[in-house]
Amino acid sequence: MEKFIWAFIIGGLICVIGQIMMDVFKLTPAHTMTTLVVAGAVLGGLGLYEPLLEFAGAGASVPISSFGNSLVKGALSEAESTGIVGVLTGIFEVTSAGISAAVIFGFMASLIFRPKG
Amino acid sequence: MSNKKYKKLTPTQQEYQRFAKEREPKRSVLFNIAKAFLVGGTICTIGQGLQMFFVTYFNFTEKTAGNPTVAVLIFASALLTGLGVYDHIAQWGGAGTAVPVTGFANTVTSAAIEHRSEGYVLGVGGNMFKIAGPVIVFGVFSAFVVAIIKIAVQVLGGVK
Repeated sequence: MEKFIWAFIIGGLICVIGQIMMDVFKLTPAHTMTTLVVAGAVLGGLGLYEPLLEFAGAGASVPISSFGNSLVKGALSEAESTGIVGVLTGIFEVTSAGISAAVIFGFMASLIFRPKG
Repeated sequence: MSNKKYKKLTPTQQEYQRFAKEREPKRSVLFNIAKAFLVGGTICTIGQGLQMFFVTYFNFTEKTAGNPTVAVLIFASALLTGLGVYDHIAQWGGAGTAVPVTGFANTVTSAAIEHRSEGYVLGVGGNMFKIAGPVIVFGVFSAFVVAIIKIAVQVLGGVK
């Protein structure tokens, strides 16, 4: 049960950081998302994102910053088994589900739905 | 807006600017932050529920359950975007809907639907990643740099 509470709090806090970047620093949503992804990648490289994932579960894995962390994780784990080329071959290993799902469901939606408004 | 900007305008225009500024709805940063916290937290809590569902009923561990969770959230987001519901939530939730992975799926889906009139190849295919593209480009490049630095440190410094 406390997992849910921490997921709510940490997930909410990451969104608050995003909202502050949009409202106070006047960044566009695209800039905000990009900044969070890069931040996630750097935190992943420093080994700080993994503890957050263990602590907050989906609170850390659902925000877009986990995308950056997963990219680093895929690259590093593949590099460990196949050497330096693994950075290239492994970078999308963990994030494959997210990107494929976005492409597939996004395309299906464009077949079914018409633009609104 | 500064007064400098008003200087070039005619008196009537200046008056209008003042009038418009008075009527503009005041956007409170704190209220927006509270809304983002609430909506973002709720989406992550739903994600946590899905994650536990995958761990309990399928053969996923805590670590691998993240992938199917993200896929389900993206599916839900694409569906809600197509139905026009997600944009209503997004208007209220601000970054609370943009920062979770559902916001990523929302930008992909809405761009795909919006440009279908331009044809499936150039319209849908070409514009799908118009907003989500930068996220992938900068994510991949920064991940590449981080991974190279980390490997270099491990090799040169002997840190394991």
